[in-house]
Formats: sequence, structure tokens, C-alpha cells
Amino acid sequence: MGLLSIFTGLCIIVSLIVNRHKTWAGVKKGALMFFRLLPTLVLMLALVSIVLYLIPEEKLSEYMGAGSGIAGWMTAALFGSVALIPGFIAYPLCGILIKSGVAYSVIAVFITTLMMTGFLTLPLEARFFGWRVSIIRNIVSLAAALLIGLIMGFFL
Amino acid sequence: MKDVKKYIFPVIFLILIGLSWLFDFASGEQIGLNFWMFFKEMILFLPLMFILIGLFDVWVPREKIEKHISKESGWKGTGLVILLATLQAGPLYSAFPFAYILWKKGCSIRNVFIYLGAFSTIKIPMLTFEIGFLGLKFSLLRTLITMPVFILIGYLMEWYLKDKDFEVKQP
Repeated sequence: MGLLSIFTGLCIIVSLIVNRHKTWAGVKKGALMFFRLLPTLVLMLALVSIVLYLIPEEKLSEYMGAGSGIAGWMTAALFGSVALIPGFIAYPLCGILIKSGVAYSVIAVFITTLMMTGFLTLPLEARFFGWRVSIIRNIVSLAAALLIGLIMGFFL
Repeated sequence: MKDVKKYIFPVIFLILIGLSWLFDFASGEQIGLNFWMFFKEMILFLPLMFILIGLFDVWVPREKIEKHISKESGWKGTGLVILLATLQAGPLYSAFPFAYILWKKGCSIRNVFIYLGAFSTIKIPMLTFEIGFLGLKFSLLRTLITMPVFILIGYLMEWYLKDKDFEVKQP
């Protein structure tokens, strides 16, 4: 975060020195895009906060820890696709799950769906790629995550 | 009319959260806290990213990078977008605006989706976290298995979209 602010600041300063006009145009363009996306972003974060309230973290580990085999896989894929947990929370959680006996392949499915698919971010994704392509990308990624988990299961 | 519709749900949500605080409705307050946590993270991070994207757009001419990442760029282009993605940080939704700008600068459909795949699964800042909590073996294996899979997804999306007039829209 700090790094990004410094980097952005430096870019703006260098850009200002070279050409004030162009800098203004670029910053305006970026800001405009951000403000046009803002309502969709707020909607997405609202959905995320409601889902996170309905499925708290402790419940998450309980369900995935209890279900091994197919049930565990499906739970992991489902939670991973719906949830939007930042990495710095997700990885410690996975560490705990491993210690409580969840299989590595289930963790791989959870991590991969968590990262590659986002059903709650669909409204946002659709603004860029359209609904049809966004839905296809998410479904293909979900299938890919299951495949990755399956292969991981062979090795670990 | 379409613009008004866009604002209705967010506004209703915020009003409901406000009412929850007023009347001490616990579930609503908790959802409000969750929302604030995510909103804080986003509002600090995304505007900076959009400014960078705006600057990138005005300073980098399409001709300069098109030949490196376009349809004709082959494996070099794919390698380039993967490298670019692994060096970034942030949640998946912050990759969409960058995917748009790559597309605008002439990136091929395949490379746009490979970029998204690499961004979501093998960012280096995130890998360090993963190795710390799940071990080097897990992380290495997952990376090696995931990479061909998302490259395949890139080819699949390109094949599916090749005569469908697909474009990445400016939001």
C-alpha cells in the first residue's frame, strides 16, 4: 500500500515535469473510470459483507474440516467461489485447516477457486467483459480449480 | 434512467446500514463493519491504480507495445503478460481495469485471459505468503500445475470468442 502510493506519487511528479497537459488528461481519465465504477464497487462490497456475515470464518473451517472426500471438495469449491477473502487472511486460515486434518487437495481447490473465481465480483467483471463472457470465465475457472485439486491429490 | 438505476441498490444498502446503527440492530451493524473493512481497503488502493492506468494510457502509445503482446507475438507475448501479472498485487477485481488497458493497447484475447489467470494465481507477493503458511512444496507444485491450466484457459477463451466480436469495454 505504502509502496503503491510512493510509486504513484513519483509517476505523477515525473509526468508533470515532462508534460503538464498530458498528466492532467491521464489523471482525469483514471479518476473518471473510478467514479463510473464506484456504484458497482459499492454493490459488490455490500454483497461480500452480507455473505461474510452469514458465513463467518469459524464456520468455514468447521464445514471444510468435517467434510473429507467429495463433500469436502464441494464445500471448498463452493466457499472459495463465493468468498472474497484477502490473501493475508486466507493463508493463515489454510494453515490452520491443514493442521486440523484437511487434505492438501481440498486446500488447493479452496485456494484456487478463491483466487480465480468470484461470483460476488461478477457485476464488476461484467462491466468490462459482459455478462456472458464473465460467467463462462468463472465456470471454466471453477472446473480448472477442481482439476488442479485432483492433480495435487496425486502428488501430496 | 439507467444511471439512476445503478445507484438505487448501493443507496438502499447504505440507508439500511444507517438505520441498523440508529436502532441497534446487531446483524446490520456487523454487516456494516464488514463493509467498512472492505471499503477502506478499496478506497485507498483503487484510485491510485486508476490514476496509474490513466497515465499509462496517455504516455504509452499502442504501437510501442502492440507488437509484443498481440496475436502475432507468440510465446514471448504470453511470457511477458505472465511476468507483468506476477509482479503485481491486489485482489482479482483490481486486475480487470488493467486487462482493459492491455486490450486497448492491442493485447490478444488469449493474452488478456492468461494475464487474468496469472494475476489471480501466481502473484509473487502472494506466493511468499503461501510458502510461509503451506510450505514450499505445496506452493511450487500448485504453481507448476496451475500455469499450464490457465494458459489452456487463454487458448480456450480465444477459440470460443474468435468470431464473436468480443471486446473489453471501458466501464
